[in-house]
Amino acid sequence: MDLGLNEAQQMLKTSAQDFLSAECPDTYVREMEEDERGYTPELWTKIAEQGWLGLIIPEQYGGVELEFQDLVVLLEEMGRYMLPGPFFSTVVLGGMSIMDAGNEEQKQEYLPRIAEGQIIMTLALTEPSARWDAPGVELTATANGDSYTLNGTKLFVQNAHVSDYMVVVARTGSSEKDISLFVVPTQSDGINQTLLKTIASDRQSEVVFSDVQVPSSALLGVENKGWETIQKVMQWGAIGKCAEMSGGGQQVLDMTVDYAKQRTQFGRPIGSFQAIQHHCANMATDVEGSKFITYQAAWRLSEGLPADREVAMAKAWVSDAYRRVCALGHQSHGAIGFTKEHNMQLYSRRAKASEIMFGDTDFHLENVANIIGL
Amino acid sequence: MDFKFEGIDEDFRSEIKDFVEKELPWNWREQDLDPEDEKDSVLVRNFKRKLGDQGWLTMAWPKEYGGQAASHMRQVVFNEEMAYRGISAGDAGIRMVGPILMLYGTDEQKEQFLPKIASAEINWSQGYSEPDSGSDLASLQTRAVEDGDDFVVSGSKIWNSAHADSDWMFMLVRTEPDAPKHRGISFVLTELEGQEGVTIEKIPMMWDAYRGLVTFDNVRVPKKNLVGEQNRGWYVGAALLDFERSGVDRPARAKRVLEDLVEFCKENKKNGRLLADDPVIRNQLAELAVQVETTRLMCYNVAWMQSQDLIPNKEASITKVYGTETVNRLYGLGVKIMGLYGQLDPDSKWAPLKGRIENAWLRSFGGMVAAGTSEIQRNVIAQRGLELPRG
Ligand SMILES: Cc1cc2nc3c(=O)[nH]c(=O)nc-3n(C[C@H](O)[C@H](O)[C@H](O)COP(=O)(O)OP(=O)(O)OC[C@H]3O[C@@H](n4cnc5c(N)ncnc54)[C@H](O)[C@@H]3O)c2cc1C
Repeated sequence: MDLGLNEAQQMLKTSAQDFLSAECPDTYVREMEEDERGYTPELWTKIAEQGWLGLIIPEQYGGVELEFQDLVVLLEEMGRYMLPGPFFSTVVLGGMSIMDAGNEEQKQEYLPRIAEGQIIMTLALTEPSARWDAPGVELTATANGDSYTLNGTKLFVQNAHVSDYMVVVARTGSSEKDISLFVVPTQSDGINQTLLKTIASDRQSEVVFSDVQVPSSALLGVENKGWETIQKVMQWGAIGKCAEMSGGGQQVLDMTVDYAKQRTQFGRPIGSFQAIQHHCANMATDVEGSKFITYQAAWRLSEGLPADREVAMAKAWVSDAYRRVCALGHQSHGAIGFTKEHNMQLYSRRAKASEIMFGDTDFHLENVANIIGL
Repeated sequence: MDFKFEGIDEDFRSEIKDFVEKELPWNWREQDLDPEDEKDSVLVRNFKRKLGDQGWLTMAWPKEYGGQAASHMRQVVFNEEMAYRGISAGDAGIRMVGPILMLYGTDEQKEQFLPKIASAEINWSQGYSEPDSGSDLASLQTRAVEDGDDFVVSGSKIWNSAHADSDWMFMLVRTEPDAPKHRGISFVLTELEGQEGVTIEKIPMMWDAYRGLVTFDNVRVPKKNLVGEQNRGWYVGAALLDFERSGVDRPARAKRVLEDLVEFCKENKKNGRLLADDPVIRNQLAELAVQVETTRLMCYNVAWMQSQDLIPNKEASITKVYGTETVNRLYGLGVKIMGLYGQLDPDSKWAPLKGRIENAWLRSFGGMVAAGTSEIQRNVIAQRGLELPRG
């Protein structure tokens, strides 16, 4: 057993910290909250140069061919530094869908361009029903000769506004899991997007498909088998979000401990009051738990072991733990932590968004209940 | 034991409902107004005037000052009905400055301020906290130096509502730097409007609102605006005012949010099932309903104690901690029930209940810090209430 990071992971973590502290300071995060695109192409290019976009893409497609657990180490740091932009949607949602379901030609076409930073991708999964299960997919793709016609509405699509391609999850048959995936250029005729205003100031959109025509070659993998891939993508997505939350939680804890040492009231640091000490201790407990429950699931996913139980437990735990950590962080900071100028609220707003992506605590506890035999 | 309100108080409850239904210029079921918001403040002020005309704003005041000397339970009824409808009635002037002037003010001060306070003409800002003095308020450093007929005030006051067109600030200032910290503080009234040396900065908060930072640079405040004795301001500010201070507005507001959420659950689905049929959601909402009810009774107890001439001490702190934390849990549950939609800002077309719950949830964190943090309240409960030794 080895619960720690290996040497390569440690290096990745350190270089991510060096890179992100230099390139993604909080000033950048704030600027991007207001920015129309939500990221800068300059930083995107530098990220590509780090090899991060191709971190888990096989070498034959121009990637570095590391494992999912290595990506998790990187995502943890991105959560800590709140990296804005389409990294997650391109690599975890778009890229991993193609790696899982794509045929050789499709992999050749998209993966090298992802690795090089030439294209931005996302996944169009959820709809106004806001469901994470197969019946929630109502957008239809109707075959006609060697093309398909897409009709329906996707909601909460991450970074659709800057994506070159979307992996669209569509219904192609009447039985529950008759679902197929299509790689669709975002600029296609008949696609209409509207940005939503969200708590995390991230970029999510409503995307309406009206008679959007795509060639048969856009079908990713096998018709009516798309849901198998989506289930895996949701697991990677859930654990990817856990990693971001775990990193964010660590930063909130560090910030709070620092502040508790610095801020004096009644002639002593507030960190000398047991009330504040207990807050910090509770936060540390949540952060510790978040890390290991995330790593365990990431490891199982990397090894290709069954991971339903571990993923459900991780997402259920970390979603709540991170919210608790942020709440105690706020409470310990007093009024200053509620100001827009303070970083505390940048984390707590993002915590809410991560909590509900790929299923919240209730959703995953229900999975756990099934898995433990209830 | 008798948990009923008096018949006349229940009649009064109906009277308020009828009045609000007829006179309120906005739909309280659909819209939350923020008295510190520029657009909203005009509507709120105008409606307050109407409440003032009814004599309701100052119903707690003694008759000699134009009030009705209303019983504590009648005040509970009024505060409950207003809070339930999201109406801000009663402001710092009516609840704090007025009564303090009745206790400590000069005749001239009473004459100058009380009528205007009663008719909600003055917009007050509370200038207690400073950047370095929050929980430890008595360490405040804003200096007031005597100079002829004036004090010359320098320093800064933070987290107040001065950004929202406040006319006056009631503030604590240090007049005697060498005295023990509680004994060198004075309570003064400072006009902000058009005052030389006053700079007001807006601090954007994580919810959709601001707090104020006011900097005083050699601002002249006439000595006639000193309330109570010089250097006794700490005790003036801390005067226990015999008004209803049960915090009953919190469970009243929460009751309305609960109702909104129940309606939401009856109309919306999660994973194909009506939220109202989901046992987890049912359980969680029911639990909150119990917590809100418990809070309400705790608040009633505070008011009832007051009506019996008992001084609620730990009881008031208990309602503050439990009330603000319950409100935070309730909004948190509301946001959670809304699932992916819970993350939408108020101005999103897809936002349920106009995004009110999301924004109120963020704001509700402030409640656990403002006016004495939960930690400080728990210290009070443990040390003053339960007489545990100080750490
Ligand atoms: C929404 C909002 C509105 C406000 N409105 C006003 C206003 O109108 N006018 C005004 O003057 N002020 C206002 N305040 C300020 C408010 O009174 C202070 O924020 C509050 O007293 C706490 O002070 P602080 O924020 O400086 O936190 P600090 O006092 O620095 O506290 C930081 C942390 O340390 C803890 N702590 C401090 N001392 C102890 C102790 N002895 N034991 C255990 N824990 C301790 C606190 O509980 C908190 O968790 C407002 C604040 C908010 C959030």
